Amino acid sequence: MTTPPNFTLSCPFPIQDYPHVLMAHGGGGKLMHQLIGKLFVPAFRNPLLEAQHDASVFDLAGQRVAFTTDSYVVRPLFFPGGDLGSLAVHGTVNDLAMAGARPLYLSAAFIIEEGLPMDTLWKITASMQQAAQAAGVQIITGDTKVVDKGKGDALFINTAGIGILEHQLRIAPRSVQPGDAILVSGDVGRHGMAIMAVREGLEFESAIASDSAPLAEVVLQLVRAGIEIHCLRDLTRGGLTSVLNEIAEAANLTLQVEEKLIPVREDVRAACEILGLDPLQVACEGRFAAFVPERDADRALEILRAHPISTGACRIGKASDQRTAKVLLKSAIGAQRILDMSSGEQLPRIC
Amino acid sequence: MKYLDEYRDAQGAHKLARELARITTRPWSLMEVCGGQTHAIVKFGIDELLPSQVTLIHGPGCPVCVTSLELIDKALEIAARPGVIFCSFGDMLRVPGSTTDLLAVKAAGGDVRITYSPLDAVKLAEQNPAREVVFFAVGFETTAPATAMAVYQAARKGLKNFSLLVSHVLVPPAIEAILGAPDRRVQGFLAAGHVCAVMGWEEYKPIAAKHRVPIVVTGFEPLDILQGVLMCVRQLESGRAEVENQYSRAVRQEGNRPAQQIIREVFQITPRKWRGIGEIPRSGLGLRDAYASFDAEHKFGVAGLRVDEPTECLSGLVLQGKIRPRECPAFGTRCTPEHPLGATMVSSEGACAAYYRYRREP
Repeated sequence: MTTPPNFTLSCPFPIQDYPHVLMAHGGGGKLMHQLIGKLFVPAFRNPLLEAQHDASVFDLAGQRVAFTTDSYVVRPLFFPGGDLGSLAVHGTVNDLAMAGARPLYLSAAFIIEEGLPMDTLWKITASMQQAAQAAGVQIITGDTKVVDKGKGDALFINTAGIGILEHQLRIAPRSVQPGDAILVSGDVGRHGMAIMAVREGLEFESAIASDSAPLAEVVLQLVRAGIEIHCLRDLTRGGLTSVLNEIAEAANLTLQVEEKLIPVREDVRAACEILGLDPLQVACEGRFAAFVPERDADRALEILRAHPISTGACRIGKASDQRTAKVLLKSAIGAQRILDMSSGEQLPRIC
Repeated sequence: MKYLDEYRDAQGAHKLARELARITTRPWSLMEVCGGQTHAIVKFGIDELLPSQVTLIHGPGCPVCVTSLELIDKALEIAARPGVIFCSFGDMLRVPGSTTDLLAVKAAGGDVRITYSPLDAVKLAEQNPAREVVFFAVGFETTAPATAMAVYQAARKGLKNFSLLVSHVLVPPAIEAILGAPDRRVQGFLAAGHVCAVMGWEEYKPIAAKHRVPIVVTGFEPLDILQGVLMCVRQLESGRAEVENQYSRAVRQEGNRPAQQIIREVFQITPRKWRGIGEIPRSGLGLRDAYASFDAEHKFGVAGLRVDEPTECLSGLVLQGKIRPRECPAFGTRCTPEHPLGATMVSSEGACAAYYRYRREP
């Protein structure tokens, strides 16, 4: 590879529109996609990056390898169903799993604000260790930085992960075919609402717990069963809505889903109604969408439902043969509408 | 979910739609007043179930959308000041003022925070005695009681660092303004259920009688709206012009008396500028003299600011039901949710945003 010929030092992003970075630039919606597409991707341009998958997949000494990284800034540090530490493991392991990889090793970098109680740091570290063990990965390298009081926000963690592919499938948004069944691995929107309920002091009969969980094991079961997986994506920032739009865009296909078929728990829906949010745009940390050929769909669902992290898996729609990139939703009363990506963030700093 | 699923049932919706088609003999134009109803209509595709003779016109019922540019510029000026914590409902943050918006003020260092309740802003004022906490009080009669309660509590606690930028508006004067317009098309109204839950519906009776229009107090779920339309068309077909209540599970005739009382305690009726429409007499709420020290406009000396509305944004016509969002030449081209020209493209209750989100392609 040579240096891209037309790389210039002027910022390609429309500075006249956004002279400053906004929270929405990290929210998983259109502004974040613009930032990545117009600033980062052109700057670092290469074919692996341009695939824009959750993890990058490449050959290394004859082995197909997946590599990814993610930073974690969630507030509060501890929430029902998880904490910053477990999230920092699950998120990265899941990005590897979405490439169909077996996760092997993680790095962990800590940016700590002066004054953080040592006990808090220990609890987060212990939680990371447990999550890593449960996910079958080892944390093999790391970094520690401490910044002045007021110059950070308690604790940020970055993890990078590496895994290997033990199959020949091309799991990627561009592999989605007309007629593919769209599956989700369980109810959506729980992680985001677990965080929001804590932040906003919403009290329900029992707390909404995050769905944060490692997804690699069940994905590998699908692979081993010979399911011809076309695409996987975890439903993180921007929720199901962003994921479906991203994949429709990459595959240049119209995706059709039915609102009635998308599982949302009652307490999550109630919390969303109260806060005026759309559960289909709320992040999960232990859910994914799978695109598989129709002939494999029932078998894939059986495997998913037999695994404890995806007992609520179901089919929500299909990829049509229309070659326009959009997502159509059949509403609860049976009318059809566009399911559009939100422009900014619904909920900041939830992962 | 209880009290939601039963109002989003496809069979029930189609049954109401069939009954509506059966009784409709002539073309009728109805206006749903509330932005929440507009959002539900477009999101669930309720208008697709209506007979072709029944047209829904979207009304001025999104409080974010009708907040005047002048008031938004005042908000921007206050929010940018050092020492201020500026609290607002989330939708207000992206509404463009003359030159910038609250999100940009935040990114440039302003302390702008999203709050879900004005009482949270009072709490912030207590926790930050050295800072000035300002709450951008936007909304119809629905949110006014909570704002009034916040001021009332702040006064009782003797808080000196809490104030309100008041943009409260009232529904009945807006309905009167629309009915008084010379080119009026609206023949019946779906009144906003939650506003009536607070205020009751007595004040709509003289409007229905004077202008000979049926007004049906209506809820927000698909079956509520379809039933509201059915009740309204039934009145029109039989030549009646009464106030009826579809939303009886939430609304009583007299409304919520304690809520009305706290509004009267803190606020008085004032003239108010509506974005894109202009000033409507007796259409807003302002702080009474006894609570004048909580008025952010005076505290920060921005009361005199005067701003003219830009001409490219046709949101005024949209808000009055004179054009549909897609009829605006800027819709979806120069005006999108990422680059809104006006508030109707920003707010989740704005008609333009709803059409862009759910109906961009025909």
